[in-house]
Amino acid sequence: MQISDRDLYFRIERLYARYQRCIDDDELELWPNFFAEKSRYKIISSENYEQGLPLGIIDADSKSMLEDRVASIRRANIFEDHRYKHFVSAIEVTEIAGSIVSIIANYQVVRIDIRGNAMLFSVGRYKDKISFDQDPPVFLEKLVIFDNQRVDTLLALPL
Amino acid sequence: MAKTRTSSVRFPNDGLVEIPYDIYTDPDLYRDEISKIYRGATWNYVCLAAQIPNHGDFVTSYVGETPVIATRDREGSIHVMENRCAHRGALVCLKNKGNAKLLSCVYHSWTYKLDGSLHGVAFENGVGGKGGLPEAFNKATNGLKRLKVTEFCGLVFATYSDETLDFETYVGPEIANHIRSILSKPLVYLGRNVQVLPNNWKIYNENLRDSYHASLLHTFFNTFKLNRLSQEGGIVVGAGGGSHISYGKSKTGVDHEGYKAEGIHSLKDMQLKDPSLLDALDESGEGMTTRILSVFPSLGLQCHYNSIAIRQVLPKGVGETELVWNHVGFVDDDEAMRERRLKQSNLVGPAGYISMEDGCIGGFVQQAIRGVSGEVGIVPMGGSGTESTDARATEVSIRGFWRAYRDFMGM
Repeated sequence: MQISDRDLYFRIERLYARYQRCIDDDELELWPNFFAEKSRYKIISSENYEQGLPLGIIDADSKSMLEDRVASIRRANIFEDHRYKHFVSAIEVTEIAGSIVSIIANYQVVRIDIRGNAMLFSVGRYKDKISFDQDPPVFLEKLVIFDNQRVDTLLALPL
Repeated sequence: MAKTRTSSVRFPNDGLVEIPYDIYTDPDLYRDEISKIYRGATWNYVCLAAQIPNHGDFVTSYVGETPVIATRDREGSIHVMENRCAHRGALVCLKNKGNAKLLSCVYHSWTYKLDGSLHGVAFENGVGGKGGLPEAFNKATNGLKRLKVTEFCGLVFATYSDETLDFETYVGPEIANHIRSILSKPLVYLGRNVQVLPNNWKIYNENLRDSYHASLLHTFFNTFKLNRLSQEGGIVVGAGGGSHISYGKSKTGVDHEGYKAEGIHSLKDMQLKDPSLLDALDESGEGMTTRILSVFPSLGLQCHYNSIAIRQVLPKGVGETELVWNHVGFVDDDEAMRERRLKQSNLVGPAGYISMEDGCIGGFVQQAIRGVSGEVGIVPMGGSGTESTDARATEVSIRGFWRAYRDFMGM
């Protein structure tokens, strides 16, 4: 790709900032737009991932599945109101293949519940493949590998 | 376990309809439950035989609150023993899984064979003729504490008691046959998810047996027209009341009118944009889309379409429960079938379309009963008994749970 390292990192940083703000600011309807039509979004425990076991807690292989997920969160599923704050750091480019950039990054998600408690809800890493064919870039694959195996209460909002 | 106080929790009468709220909050009762139920004459789910396929394989698990190890020995037999060194009580296995010739405690290097018997004691004869074990020390009686084991359809259960009925008698022939029907072939383990529920273990056990709530709380069913209480189906309550199966068949009696008449929320009849989620194959041969089975006190077995999971219910203190979702397929699944099972795993688990509410609903109960004394919750739907039924708007299997509970607790 004809793009300087600095520009590439800047564009990736901006993508993650927009991604986390979309979820944290409750604009879930826009969340599927961060993904290509044919894309993979999977949340999996590091235990399963490292043992080569395929089971995730969310496993979607199309943007439409993510739209269904949002529709279900909005209109079907029942849970106490809560919000997240994402913190993404240590972004590293691991591979560039044409316009497709693979990255790995750490994330933390703090969950704030309706009673005013904040807890460290999820911590782990993203292993993502991003297509820079379009602007803004989109995820072809987003693998959320969480280290805290015990998921508190439920996971409704995406990570 | 020294019991210092006796619980004051009492049922208001001999029936099974009125459940005292402090049964979910009383710490003394909780200690009694650990000893009378989890360490009593019950079969507790430990792991899948498929998780320890090879000689020397081990996994760690729990029976009630107690850490245990399940192993497969050189002869292929499965053993379950407490994960606690006979010497000073340290954990023996520190990893969740592995393969070993011997189990070795890191504290003083005591080693155990795969059946839990004591193998070696470091400096058994002392050093330079001084110290070491006394001659009277009997290694044969100082192994890891062993539990009785049974394997049924690839599920490994353990019990502390010699009085526990054989497994088929324990659950009854009908429930045993339903397990055989769901787990009809050798299993392959697909992984697990662990969910922490902010409620007492019995609230989840009730939820598991509560066919009444399924289409009312889990509105994904309604919204996408997947399940109605008016579907054909029914409930079988097993021996002693503690076990049950609730099942439903698709494309029978999909009746919106009853739901409209009741004014039930979320009847929106939406369509999935990507319906491949529910591209299911009928493995039951009878059109069953939902089968939820329980075995007192720690097992749930679920088959939603092609998603098969074994749910292990673990008490973690009076107000917390850990729910371990172990997903399986069959060894003869082709790639398409495996993908189908994984895709349908979106239905269940901590983020499951039709199960996530169960993660919070028990917490809503646990929050609301705080500080309450002398009051009861009621389970009157479908009468007061525990007989099998073809109704689904019923709480019959919850009452079955309480029948088994009262028997084991002597309450």
